[in-house]
Amino acid sequence: MKNTPSRRTSGSSLVMIIVNGEPMEWEEGMTVRDIIDGKRYVFPLLAVWVDHVPVPRDRFDDATVPDGSNVQIIHMISGG
Amino acid sequence: MEKMKVLAEWTYVPAKPFRGYTGKTLKVNVGDMTFQSKDVSEEMKEKFTGGRGFGLKLLWDSVKDTTRWDDPENEIVISGGPLCGVTQYPGMGKFYAVFVSPLTNQTYDSNAGGHFGPLLKFAGFDAIEVQGKAEKDVIVLVDADEKKVQILESPFDDVNAYTVTEALHEYFGKPGDINDRRFVSVVTAGKGAETSYWGCLNSSFWDSHRKLPRLKQAGRGGGGTILRDKKIAALVVKTHDLSGTANNPADVGTLTRLGAKLHNEILTLDAEQCRMRTVGTTHLNEIMNEYHLLPTMNYKFGQHPDADKIHSEVYGKMFTQGIADGCWYGCTMACAKAVDGFTLKTGPWKGRKITVDGPEYETAAGMGPNVGVFDPEWTTEVNFYADHYGLDTISLGTGIAFVCECYELGLINKEHTNGLDLRFGNKADILELLHRLGEGKDEFALMVGKGIHRMKDLFADHFGADRDVMERIGMEGQGIEVSEYVPKESIAQWGGYFLTLKGPQHDEAWLIFMDRVNKQLPTFEDKAEALHYFPNFRTWFSLTGVCKLPWNDIEPADNATSYPPQEAAKVPEHVQNYVEVFNAVTGKNIDKDELVLQSERVYNFQRVFQLRLGKGTRKYHNIPDRALGPVWADEWEAREEYYDNELKATGIDPAGLSSQDKCDRLLKKRREQWEELVDAVYKRRGWDKNGIPTVKKLKSLGMDLPEVVATVEKYAKPEDQW
Ligand code: SF4
Repeated sequence: MKNTPSRRTSGSSLVMIIVNGEPMEWEEGMTVRDIIDGKRYVFPLLAVWVDHVPVPRDRFDDATVPDGSNVQIIHMISGG
Repeated sequence: MEKMKVLAEWTYVPAKPFRGYTGKTLKVNVGDMTFQSKDVSEEMKEKFTGGRGFGLKLLWDSVKDTTRWDDPENEIVISGGPLCGVTQYPGMGKFYAVFVSPLTNQTYDSNAGGHFGPLLKFAGFDAIEVQGKAEKDVIVLVDADEKKVQILESPFDDVNAYTVTEALHEYFGKPGDINDRRFVSVVTAGKGAETSYWGCLNSSFWDSHRKLPRLKQAGRGGGGTILRDKKIAALVVKTHDLSGTANNPADVGTLTRLGAKLHNEILTLDAEQCRMRTVGTTHLNEIMNEYHLLPTMNYKFGQHPDADKIHSEVYGKMFTQGIADGCWYGCTMACAKAVDGFTLKTGPWKGRKITVDGPEYETAAGMGPNVGVFDPEWTTEVNFYADHYGLDTISLGTGIAFVCECYELGLINKEHTNGLDLRFGNKADILELLHRLGEGKDEFALMVGKGIHRMKDLFADHFGADRDVMERIGMEGQGIEVSEYVPKESIAQWGGYFLTLKGPQHDEAWLIFMDRVNKQLPTFEDKAEALHYFPNFRTWFSLTGVCKLPWNDIEPADNATSYPPQEAAKVPEHVQNYVEVFNAVTGKNIDKDELVLQSERVYNFQRVFQLRLGKGTRKYHNIPDRALGPVWADEWEAREEYYDNELKATGIDPAGLSSQDKCDRLLKKRREQWEELVDAVYKRRGWDKNGIPTVKKLKSLGMDLPEVVATVEKYAKPEDQW
């Protein structure tokens, strides 16, 4: 597990990840799907990178996200 | 129907398309009853590509600097483009209509599916220009089978779209052979288009499964109003010269290979991606609600607890399933969904069982939550009558939403509305207003149909309504209504809507996710880059006759894992497909940079065209407060924590401030950000501080045509250079 103290909230015992540039509380065993659900990202055309490594859509349910990760959840444009 | 009287006739030899072009355009003047065919030069193809580009070029040559929408020299130019009519690759049957708009008095372009664009080309013409004003109602017929173009006396007392379209498919189809009606396509407007500025153009296609004509709309900008101002009841094209290779492409093998790949992608992935094949664009209803982007009560809110009632699953149950609902042959995306066996509850066709085209997302949202209604049956009825009367459902939705808010704020009352109680959500009276718009007699409805821009004047002058309040809440830019996405949370989308060529329509850029959710555009320069790339890339669809939906409402399974995030959003494999399809049809050899260059040429030409018509400068890139942020306290309070954080991010402490104070302070900051955005975008686009393309920019694009440069030089000022 990666340990990136600078991404932890200062003065708190919480461990954090960064999702689309914003801090989010991390939990042991957290999957990409957990993050998507937690953020209420219901849009179907999502692309996910964890620390710049792409995660295929069929792995969202079981791909776990390490503490301190930088997660990008990109909504493709669609619409319009 | 009795035989129609021929008022004027011209015979011609239909030119066969070669490499996507027929090389001929047609001009019909219904005023002096004349016909003319022009050649398409290589230079015209090079600089304007086709479709909207041809439309703009032909319109430029036909109007004066002073031309207004209802002058006889104004035209409707319809052109498909070199890829229009391809059947191997999905989504290649669109046409673009170009005209000087009644809403904006500058050029507008609006696209429609249906079969008119492809059939026009196969009847021998890359474009049709319609000019002049007839004395009484006429029909313009392009009949490639009989090798003639005719102006016919219209037999219709009722010019509404379904009446005219059904009759003309029957009249021009072979008697006794209902399937022959597929060789006919009709463009109509309707009675509502005559008296409002929201007139749409309905383009038909014969639905062989349902055995009836369907209608797709070039909804925006008031093209239907011009059609009726010219006293044209319908444009008709007829040809049996129809085949999968009628475009005479250079390389049919490549078209087939690329098409097969995309068909397969759609058939295997659509069900888990956007579900276009089952629910069409209504899949966006619940998504927009979840992200606070669903326009609710005149864009005050982006979310509503009743949004479940308009969920795509509800619409999916209403749409007939299992029919290939493509609006042109070969479109496996098949999103042109329809509600069959729908019994109308109101209006002139009350009690009749009909088929309704749609609703699509923008109609479901605009004539739904935006007017405070969460009832798909009601929206479906509205959808039918709007098409029938020839009214744009988007302007209708945003326009009536504005009326409802004016009513609730007490700016107008029941006396002004001739007895209608136009509170948000009052279904019966809002529908009655639509019927009055369709009839074109009621004075209040006539005011409404002129669009928000003019309603502000009319309500102030006639009813003493507060002009300043209306300026703040009227969701229009350059004279046209916003197209049903809440823009206030995305700085980039302010530009996507309000730094556009023709007003807030979402065909140039839809950047809300990139900007607000993905956080991919953190600086003004990043936003400007996106507001340079996407409008230019997306313009290309309009030059070639291509539907945008198969570009990004479906994506290859590995799109997300094959490219870095910024690139993946462009769906690079599909962009490459378009490059190859273009080359396979035309025999040319462009790459993806040349594709954007083709667009950028026309994009800048259109900007100069607006300038020529007295618009096209910075002051016309106006944005209302409601598009920038919450205007009233209740909007703030609906998302208090979110907006408090937004205010904090600007350096203002919300503690102790009233909600109204907070709104005003945030808006002040956002206006400053807007000006910063405008500067960044103009710079990136190669325009001066006043939004005028520089001569240097035009030269770099090869668009330094003498009359274009002369227009720029007439208006550009030294003090506006960077
Ligand atoms: S994607 Fe939909 S709108 Fe586009 S061409 Fe296909 S059926 Fe028509």
